[in-house]
Amino acid sequence: MLCQECGKRPATLHYTKIVNGEKTEFHLCEVCAQEKGEQIPMMENGFSIHQLLSGLLNFDAPYTEGEQAKQTVQSGALRCPTCGLTYTQFSKIGRLGCSDCYQAFGERLIPLFRRVHGSTNHRGKVPERTGGRLKIRREIEQLKEQLKQCVAREAFEEAARLRDRIRALQRKLEG
Amino acid sequence: MSLQRFIQSAMSEWMRGGGPQSDIVISSRVRIARNLAGLPFPMLATASQSEEVVRRVEEAFQEEKEQPYFRDAELIRMDTLNDLQKRVLVEKHLISPHLAEESRHGAVILSGNEAVSIMVNEEDHLRIQCLFPGFQLKQAWKLADHIDDTLERHLSYAFDEQCGFLTSCPTNVGTAIRASVMLHLPALAITQQLNRLFPAITQVGLAVRGIYGEGSEALGNLYQVSNQVTLGQEEEEIIDNLVSVVGQIIDQEQSARRRLLESSPIQLEDRVHRSYGILAHARVMDSKEAMQRLSDVRLGIDLGLIKGVSATVLNELMVMTQPGFLQQYAGQRLDPGERDIRRAVLIRERLAFEHDDEN
Repeated sequence: MLCQECGKRPATLHYTKIVNGEKTEFHLCEVCAQEKGEQIPMMENGFSIHQLLSGLLNFDAPYTEGEQAKQTVQSGALRCPTCGLTYTQFSKIGRLGCSDCYQAFGERLIPLFRRVHGSTNHRGKVPERTGGRLKIRREIEQLKEQLKQCVAREAFEEAARLRDRIRALQRKLEG
Repeated sequence: MSLQRFIQSAMSEWMRGGGPQSDIVISSRVRIARNLAGLPFPMLATASQSEEVVRRVEEAFQEEKEQPYFRDAELIRMDTLNDLQKRVLVEKHLISPHLAEESRHGAVILSGNEAVSIMVNEEDHLRIQCLFPGFQLKQAWKLADHIDDTLERHLSYAFDEQCGFLTSCPTNVGTAIRASVMLHLPALAITQQLNRLFPAITQVGLAVRGIYGEGSEALGNLYQVSNQVTLGQEEEEIIDNLVSVVGQIIDQEQSARRRLLESSPIQLEDRVHRSYGILAHARVMDSKEAMQRLSDVRLGIDLGLIKGVSATVLNELMVMTQPGFLQQYAGQRLDPGERDIRRAVLIRERLAFEHDDEN
């Protein structure tokens, strides 16, 4: 059996972890097991979300050693310009320092979002004050959909009205 | 303090029970996380930045003081409370252990009926929490959503078009909503069906935990089911998904209760009355046993096997027999051994009190 992390080396360590009643089996090679480090021995005081998260973050390391070294240097230097938190610090504590960290660590956070949430794009509520442009764009999308339907049932007057509304909103976005 | 007064002052709205399907759903909670734009998250904020957050939130709250849920609400700073007072708020599920123990410049806005609590400078600048008795997730979300809009009239939130609401922990990003219900599932536990149920729940993106959150034991057959995913789904979808899964769990628990009653009525009756007898007469009671016995008694009440005890006795006693409450009731610090004795006294008094009340 190959290691489930790198998929290259044979798995030599097999263990089962139970989190909230959910059983997960792990089959790791020695190298990947070492990278997971302290997570392997069954933790005495439970398993916190931040520890779990930091495990996921460290998993992102690429497979070949050369690349890995390069990446480590890069991520070590990766630092949020606003609050000063480094990516290494973040991967240890699992928490971000400020809203700009999302920008600074963006590329490395996206795979994490995919893993944790199965998605990388917000679809929920938009705040009035700071989400104005997104609100407008969502409205434009909605109107375009309505416009298509109007054209399909040949309601051209209505369609013209919608088109004007869309143009007005687009101007607002540009301006 | 007299028992009656103690109970009066101890009870939050959610502990008073009632609400739809309250025989199985103890409470419904929605919590949304928000951060103020332009200020570092609490973990990295300086003292003056944290103080600034409290100041802005308090200002917004005062501006909206006429809102029905804010009218008799107050802002309480953590540093004005002693350890015991903080602990009591944690045991009532109104603030998190993190806010009580680790936050710097932490504060909470609490509504008069304690259905709304807004934590300030917890892991995020704001954690808006609405806690309702019974199965009322949609109502809890509606109120939390409304409070969020109300505060947003005065506060600019950290928001990104792609990532949504930005939170200190990336597992909360997006909607930043965590919705959960506290379920009492004794029949599924007795019939050993939880082992099959829980993996199924986690497969649909929900999490199951003991009542005191992450890593805690499931005492008294009480479980918390909550959403895990916060990015990529709309708030309503998240709530609807949870409502529908919880609806199915309720059905399963109900049918397990019916089957137990049909297949082994005497054994069930013996179990619940035995537990009632122990609670009514024991002199020493540790918290684990208390929770298990209370769970049995509550099942007995729900099935009509025990009469003359109100169904809220479990909700009340599982909170009031916690260390913080026991010490508050005793008016002094107690070591664990003393607490087991006081716990037995409180439970006996509470059950007898109910009895006296009826006569």
